[in-house]
Amino acid sequence: MSTLTEAPPPLTPAAPEQTPPRKRGRWTPYWLLLPGILWLVVFFAAPMVYQASTSVQTGSLEEGYKVTWHFVTYWDAVSEYWPQFLRSVAYAASATVLCLLLGYPLAYLIAFRAGRWRNLIMILVIAPFFTSFLIRTLAWKTILADGGPVVGALNTLHVLDVTSWLGWTSGDRVLATPLAVVCGLTYNFLPFMILPLYTSLERIDGRLHEAAGDLYAKPSTVFRKVTFPLSMPGVVSGTLLTFIPATGDYVNASLLGSADTGMIGNVIQSQFLRVLDYPTAAALSFVLMAAILAMVTFYIRKSGTEDLV
Amino acid sequence: MVFVTSFKNWFKRNLVVIAGLLTLAYLLLPNVVVTVFSFNKPNGRFNYEWQQFSTDAWKDPCGVAGLCGSLSLSLQIALWATLGATALGTAIAFALVRYRFRARGAINSLIFLPMAMPEVVMAASLLTLFLNMGAQLGFWTILIAHIMFCLSFVVTAVKARVMSMDPRLEQAAQDLYAGPFQTFLRVTLPIAAPGIAAGALLAFALSFDDFIITNFNAGSTVTFPMFVWGSAQRGTPVQINVIGTAMFVIAVLFVLASMVIGNRRNRRKA
Repeated sequence: MSTLTEAPPPLTPAAPEQTPPRKRGRWTPYWLLLPGILWLVVFFAAPMVYQASTSVQTGSLEEGYKVTWHFVTYWDAVSEYWPQFLRSVAYAASATVLCLLLGYPLAYLIAFRAGRWRNLIMILVIAPFFTSFLIRTLAWKTILADGGPVVGALNTLHVLDVTSWLGWTSGDRVLATPLAVVCGLTYNFLPFMILPLYTSLERIDGRLHEAAGDLYAKPSTVFRKVTFPLSMPGVVSGTLLTFIPATGDYVNASLLGSADTGMIGNVIQSQFLRVLDYPTAAALSFVLMAAILAMVTFYIRKSGTEDLV
Repeated sequence: MVFVTSFKNWFKRNLVVIAGLLTLAYLLLPNVVVTVFSFNKPNGRFNYEWQQFSTDAWKDPCGVAGLCGSLSLSLQIALWATLGATALGTAIAFALVRYRFRARGAINSLIFLPMAMPEVVMAASLLTLFLNMGAQLGFWTILIAHIMFCLSFVVTAVKARVMSMDPRLEQAAQDLYAGPFQTFLRVTLPIAAPGIAAGALLAFALSFDDFIITNFNAGSTVTFPMFVWGSAQRGTPVQINVIGTAMFVIAVLFVLASMVIGNRRNRRKA
């Protein structure tokens, strides 16, 4: 993180030496930080602690809950809902891979090939955000409707036979299957992949491509050895921005899936808002948080870009 | 033969463009469907199958009980959440860039974590806090939650702008006998304004469209996304599509207008 001592380089070469920061009120930064940080401590950090404590409580709604260090809740919750955990990770991972495969060409197009259309395409990528994502997700119900043109085309091309065999769809239906949920997740989080990819692609100096070409690299080699490695920061932050929210999502699984495609978010939601089993819900939510933090830390270590934050 | 090879070459060269445009189509397809189905006249309660053309819903967008009420509630919450998050977030961003203080690492992670946490976890934990405090769920709990998750995004947007600011501009102002307050108001703030505006816009969009955190902490209060969610269970009125289309069109026009104005200003400067 940058402090004043490592301020951005002066704009003109003739800049004078960095003058030391003038004396300011010693307490000013603390006064500036106080309200916002207090807000985050009370409404973000404290709830995490409350949640941890709720997860080891026993009791009932009528008689109230007490902390009894009842860790068995965790064991019960995980052993009952591990299929939903696995499904969440599998769906989110598939959606992330699809987002990368679909998003990369578009980000590349905007960064290098769009020319005067760049701004317009950029607006079109962001514009869907302005329609509530629930309305847009419901539109997929129409697009993937039974007997609709998309399902018909997939049927004619025998794609559905293959996906049914793989267990992604069932019969000649796409709605209410894993494929529909993954398709919805991919759609909803695609812009979160495209924008960071674009940002890091746009920074690449076009002359590097020319240099690689001059050194007899084929276009595919240029991409593999120059473009893709230089876009790694975008790939890493894009995959994180897609994978994390997709794992916790329950909207797509509710609207486009069926009872057999429930994700862990669906379980947490129904335990909290319908079953009102707070300890189990809190335990599940805590496990989800821990699992995601662990996966993300591992991923960031592996991909070697720790200066993301 | 020559024709086939040249087409092959053209295809090879433009493969990335074709793939990119296909992705763009995938992104825009639902918006097209939403727009087309805003002119539908469905048979049953659900608006998923095309029946016949009609402009009924456009003539009476508030014709469904509770729809426009939820819309105005969402706008109010988004407005207050934007104000709150922008004020708190801008102060934090300035402190982070301009000052040295203790516990910087802890504060940085406290700001980063809400962005790296699945929404459902934040939503659930905040609900346990509210339940433990015995708070009445409704407008205020939604507002508190929205300010909380918008805050980090504002900090990030404003910080980027303030960090790229030339500190010599402020020094120059002070050399010209501007007091600290005057310097801030007439030099610092105008330069930071685009960052603050970007943060505020992001906060507004995030708050207005938020469903998961609101779903947990709203009690029986119904925001616009909550209304859509409820109607997905009970029956989707065409008016939802009308509102969705109108928001899309207004936003795109707004962006295009600001781009045209920006271009003109740049040209005049040049």
